[in-house]
Amino acid sequence: MAIAKQEVRHIAKLANLDFSEEEIGRFTQQFNSILEYVARLDALDTSAIEPTSHVDSGSHALRDDVLVPSISREEALANAPESERGHFKVPKVIG
Amino acid sequence: MSGACGGTIAEIRSLVSSGQASAVEICRAHLQRARDVEPRVKAFRALLEESALSQAETIDRDRREGRPLGPLAGVPIAVKDVLCTRGVPTTCGSLILRNFVPVYDATCVARLRQAGAVIVGKTNMDEFAMGSSTENSAYEKTCNPWALDRVPGGSSGGSAAAVAAGEVPASLGSDTGGSIRQPAAFCGIPGMKPTYGRVSRYGLVAFASSLDQVGPLGLTVEDVARVLQVIAGHDPLDSTSAPLPVPDYLAALGKGARGLRIGVPKEYFRSGLDPEVETAVQSGLKIAERLGARLEEISLPHTEYAIPTYYIIATAEASSNLARYDGVRYGHRAHDVHQMGPLYVRTRTEGFGSEVKRRVMLGTYVLSAGYYDAYYLKGQKVRTLIRQDFERAFEKLDAIVTPTSPTPAFRFGEKVDDPLAMYLSDIFTVTLNLAGLPGMSIPCGLTRDHLPVGMQIIGRRFDEEMVLRLGAALEGEIKFGARRPSLDGTS
Repeated sequence: MAIAKQEVRHIAKLANLDFSEEEIGRFTQQFNSILEYVARLDALDTSAIEPTSHVDSGSHALRDDVLVPSISREEALANAPESERGHFKVPKVIG
Repeated sequence: MSGACGGTIAEIRSLVSSGQASAVEICRAHLQRARDVEPRVKAFRALLEESALSQAETIDRDRREGRPLGPLAGVPIAVKDVLCTRGVPTTCGSLILRNFVPVYDATCVARLRQAGAVIVGKTNMDEFAMGSSTENSAYEKTCNPWALDRVPGGSSGGSAAAVAAGEVPASLGSDTGGSIRQPAAFCGIPGMKPTYGRVSRYGLVAFASSLDQVGPLGLTVEDVARVLQVIAGHDPLDSTSAPLPVPDYLAALGKGARGLRIGVPKEYFRSGLDPEVETAVQSGLKIAERLGARLEEISLPHTEYAIPTYYIIATAEASSNLARYDGVRYGHRAHDVHQMGPLYVRTRTEGFGSEVKRRVMLGTYVLSAGYYDAYYLKGQKVRTLIRQDFERAFEKLDAIVTPTSPTPAFRFGEKVDDPLAMYLSDIFTVTLNLAGLPGMSIPCGLTRDHLPVGMQIIGRRFDEEMVLRLGAALEGEIKFGARRPSLDGTS
């Protein structure tokens, strides 16, 4: 399943990344060699196999819904590139 | 205080508890060692001299005042820069987190501190743990202490090199596809990836959440056991951490190998395996036999599908996990961008290195409309087959032994331009992450060029005891630990 430059550009858009034409060319080449390698999976008939999303460690993800201490608002904002009045600040979203 | 540096955890712990050396003296000796060798090795992103000495002072005060000392009291430990450390920059080897200072400790870091360990620094790594040579760090290249013109392996290259160079007796790494075991092998030390769920991932910056696991590297198998003892166990802050009791790992160490049934999978000894690696691993297997273990050739028929499966699943999870780096809540933000969409794009394009971008792109592709079934779902199904291979094999085995990596440490630049060649250096390690199994690399010999070779011991899920037991038995006979790198060689 060969992939074309146009498709690589589309994926870059989905991934919120920007590439030069030269990089797109290189990626396309590398993608194709990686995907060619991945294609060896086609040799396996997996129609009757259940997928494994993760190997269950027997954990119980749910806990009682009780309040526990958490980080403060100041701490939550400590690494923000920009904040104002206790909020993360971003450029205008809707024009 | 000269005796402390190069000592094992047990030796350091006994110096501290008996008062023969203070924790501060031990800390100073290790920091001095680090200052001496770092210009050549570059294992650390940052040395934490001030906070380390203050932690050491606390240990000394506790001892003077008769308070009980923790199991790692006064032991200097290095932590991979992928683990959050409160108040200390955690860069993940990435420019996008250059100024990120976590407001909390990862659970395993908190447990180290509670046990009295002295965190002496954060170690270098491939950006976001993506790589097998530590060359993908945005900051510096870590050198292999055995041959300074070669890579230390990766992605936990800094954690492995710091131990091998005698800067610390033990360190923490993370392992998504071999990132603890392969650098341990390249640097001639033991290193373990525990069972998925054995060690909390809380505060571990996520790469591929269904594969990531934190684990220890150390000078000896006993060091690995001592650190694992502290970091293992259920954590309510990680919903995948296993609610199981943690056994006494030190007790497992002296039990020997007599009567153990060891599987040797033929698929791991095929073409592509360096002949010197094969010789060293075979000699390790002979030692196991001499110790009374029974070897049995087995087949893990889906091994050849592991790398493609891994690169589908790991990149898919990475593309999702790394979507959080958008310049809003933490990390780098592109300057002078006044719209939201372009802000994301510019921030990520400036902040991520090329391997991270490549994997995010691949992951986005395999999850995208029209390809999900062909790649991602297919990968998950083959993952089931790989898991079942091991389950079947372990019905009548105690452990499986393989080479850790098909080659010894390679030279800088040798594989950077060929991503697929780099991916293939994980061929013997990714299977365990896919199956959730514990595995440890231990050094089993040197090549003619004086490069270490690692053998991988694989156990049943949550049977780290068996892995440590066999590792300790083999280590006792291989006696590799007496050999240390000179730090002045190339090859």
